[in-house]
Amino acid sequence: MKVLVPVKRVVDANVQVRVASDHSGVDLNNVKMAINPFCEIAVEEAIRLREKGVATEVVVVSAGAKVCQEQLRTALALGADRAILVETDEELQPLAIAKLLKAVSDKEGAELTIFGKQSIDEDNGQTGQMFAALAGLAQGTFASEITIEGDKLKVIRETDTGEQTLTLNMPAVITADLRLNEPRYASLPNIMKAKKKPMDVMTPADLGVEVTTNIKTLKVEPPAERAAGIIVETVEDLVDKLKNVAKVI
Amino acid sequence: MSVLVLAEHDNNELKSATLNTVTAATEIGGDVTILVAGSGCGAVAEQAAKIAGVAKVLVADNAAYTNMLAENTAALIVELAGDYSAILAPAMTNAKGILPRVAALLDVGQISEITAVVSADTFVRPIYAGNAMATVQSSDSIKVITVRGTGFDAPSAEGGSATVEAISNATDAGVSEFVSEEVAASDRPDLTAARVVISGGRGMQNGENFKLLEAVADKLGAAIGASRAAVDAGYVANDMQVGQTGKIVAPELYIAVGISGAIQHLAGMKDSKVIVAINKDEEAPIFQVADFGLVADLFEAVPAFEALL
Ligand SMILES: Cc1cc2nc3c(=O)[nH]c(=O)nc-3n(C[C@H](O)[C@H](O)[C@H](O)COP(=O)(O)OP(=O)(O)OC[C@H]3O[C@@H](n4cnc5c(N)ncnc54)[C@H](O)[C@@H]3O)c2cc1C
Repeated sequence: MKVLVPVKRVVDANVQVRVASDHSGVDLNNVKMAINPFCEIAVEEAIRLREKGVATEVVVVSAGAKVCQEQLRTALALGADRAILVETDEELQPLAIAKLLKAVSDKEGAELTIFGKQSIDEDNGQTGQMFAALAGLAQGTFASEITIEGDKLKVIRETDTGEQTLTLNMPAVITADLRLNEPRYASLPNIMKAKKKPMDVMTPADLGVEVTTNIKTLKVEPPAERAAGIIVETVEDLVDKLKNVAKVI
Repeated sequence: MSVLVLAEHDNNELKSATLNTVTAATEIGGDVTILVAGSGCGAVAEQAAKIAGVAKVLVADNAAYTNMLAENTAALIVELAGDYSAILAPAMTNAKGILPRVAALLDVGQISEITAVVSADTFVRPIYAGNAMATVQSSDSIKVITVRGTGFDAPSAEGGSATVEAISNATDAGVSEFVSEEVAASDRPDLTAARVVISGGRGMQNGENFKLLEAVADKLGAAIGASRAAVDAGYVANDMQVGQTGKIVAPELYIAVGISGAIQHLAGMKDSKVIVAINKDEEAPIFQVADFGLVADLFEAVPAFEALL
């Protein structure tokens, strides 16, 4: 079974981003970039499936500028077998990415595609579901556990009210939630090995996909600032403030 | 043209976030139609029909929609989409799975988790865990949108008199099957709708100690939340996680106990009206967003706080 794992290059989760002074977006100059944490969990899950003998090959794919090769190398160092970069400098929105990935998937014939449930930059949470719809496949979003049972996949999903278990026909699409697994760290020898692993580069045109943008960002602003608060000295003082100043209890 | 709102429900009860979504729909303009997809969901349709400002309720009552499986529900919405200029749903687990499928099948983009409507094609949404607010404009003929409940006031749940129309669609894609569900039972108010929320973090040390928060919650009628660290450590259930990748809450009063205040946690609660932080580390970033901070050991402060309520 071949597993496809799309990965996205994003701002590192520990960086506090600032809005650019011209309000065109956030300032990404000299900011640390990383593989999106949810994509990393997806990569880890695919590698574990291969280690268990369930998967035979793990292919990671990213769409974006040339620099995305860094995150693909990270995924290779974690244990993925090979990488594909769909290279373009155009702005990519979820629908376009889903179309590109669908074209890659048609070529690769993966039986399972594991996405991260959202990327921590745009917080869209769309690409996996869009890909599943375009491919006509079942989806298991927000997965905290997956098991392959014959030609079906059992998935436990984190929901607003608890947990839900579904079975999906394969090929299937999964989007990984935080508690699916805890990703490993890449060892130095594996980082070295990753440099030699194959990386195919292609363009949207090679895949016959026209990249369109449906949604235009008009401006980006900092969020409303909260007024500075105070430190209270005692629990009595806290209760007094909540009753008599804030009037919320 | 009119706007279609997908109802969030459990076949018995309409979830309150649906009401906030109706407000967003009204701001976009046009008649508002609510779609109730489920099975044995007649009571939900009745509740939906009473919401002020709703013109029509469509009920797709069929076994194929019992658990609102994304594949089936998305197919249903696509069958209906031609009549609407916008399709909205509360940004909750069901719609987060369903709406991107709808958008892809209609070959349009989706706008996720809007917090404000600027005009019929322009919306505001948080990006980067709420560290930036983007104003975005859609050029699509049908706008597909998930709505963040905290961004919109709820209309009155009573007084409306929408017509209720049963529809016979019954698409079962046959690719996914519901097995079981574990719903965390609680008599407390819904986390996303509660007036007061008290949340515990890693500082709580274990699940047992959440009893301290429960005692406060009992007195304040509060819902109980948690940080990711507390959920990951198994202190409490996943549906209690507040944050960028958990639930977004904006109660009148949010009390953070033993929570450091990582950006990802702040993303889920910093729009609360009043924020209280109880933490023994005066440097904890949570104090930067707190209206009232108490630097103290939670194991002393929380019981003392409760005793004074
Ligand atoms: C992709 C991604 C998504 C994430 N999503 C979320 C999310 O949705 N929600 C979320 O919450 N986090 C999320 N996180 C995790 C986040 O970065 C933090 O790790 C997490 O919020 C920390 O939880 P905490 O504050 O409980 O724990 P800690 O950071 O360990 O803080 C514990 C606090 O308790 C205090 N404390 C300890 N003992 C006591 C005591 N006796 N009395 C008083 N105070 C005490 C300490 O001083 C400390 O400040 C995410 C991270 C990533 C990378």
